[in-house]
Amino acid sequence: MSKAAATRARPLSPHLSIYRPPITMTMSIVHRITGIALYVGTLLLVCWLLAAAVSEEWFNLVNWAFGTWLGRLVLFGYTWALMHHMLGGIRHFIWDTGAMLEKHTASKVAWATLAGSVVLTVLVWVVGYMARSF
Amino acid sequence: MADMRTPLAKVRGLGSAHEGTDHFWRQRLTAVANIPLFLFFVGFLVSLNGADYATVRQALANPFVTLMFGLMIFSGLYHMRLGMQIVIEDYIHGEGLKLALIMLNTFFCIAAGAASAYALIRLAFGG
Repeated sequence: MSKAAATRARPLSPHLSIYRPPITMTMSIVHRITGIALYVGTLLLVCWLLAAAVSEEWFNLVNWAFGTWLGRLVLFGYTWALMHHMLGGIRHFIWDTGAMLEKHTASKVAWATLAGSVVLTVLVWVVGYMARSF
Repeated sequence: MADMRTPLAKVRGLGSAHEGTDHFWRQRLTAVANIPLFLFFVGFLVSLNGADYATVRQALANPFVTLMFGLMIFSGLYHMRLGMQIVIEDYIHGEGLKLALIMLNTFFCIAAGAASAYALIRLAFGG
């Protein structure tokens, strides 16, 4: 074995403590997490439909639960997950065709889905509250 | 390098898992369908925000709404079953547990579909 000392600092592999995750990677992980959240969130839809079908009492109970601050928070999160997963899916469609895969373009598209999901979510809730006041 | 695959295997193009691109394709197909169906759903809920029971019942009894909801639930559940299967296959490595969870995944989606179908039918026909 040679014991020659390194004459200059050798490059190190990216390490977890200094590794800066690219936005495409983060959005890929978020796409999966929102997918799992929507999977569980389907129960909200099923509960709402069943309650509406069964009786006014059940419907009012579910509506009350959805209307609490925790319920609203969950529904807001559900809306965001839905919008993010939808835009992420559209992004994957574009990438499936081979378009916009260049490194910097791909990063921009990933940022755009994040920004778009926030805008769409806020838009849905603003319109929702406006519809309520009419 | 010699290609050891038989001509028939090449024509079928199913690969080593014998499933080809079926899972991938159905995931994309249901994803496309989900876009308009879920946008309709979000719009429907927004328009009914704060509505009372009678108004919601009336809206959910509309045949077009019943069909859109039915399609959305079918396409949505199919899509999420495929997606969750990938998640299970990626993270669960024990064969027994993996198989159990993949079965549970299917059962969950079918149960959610059955409950929704019951609700939609009851809403559509009253009762």
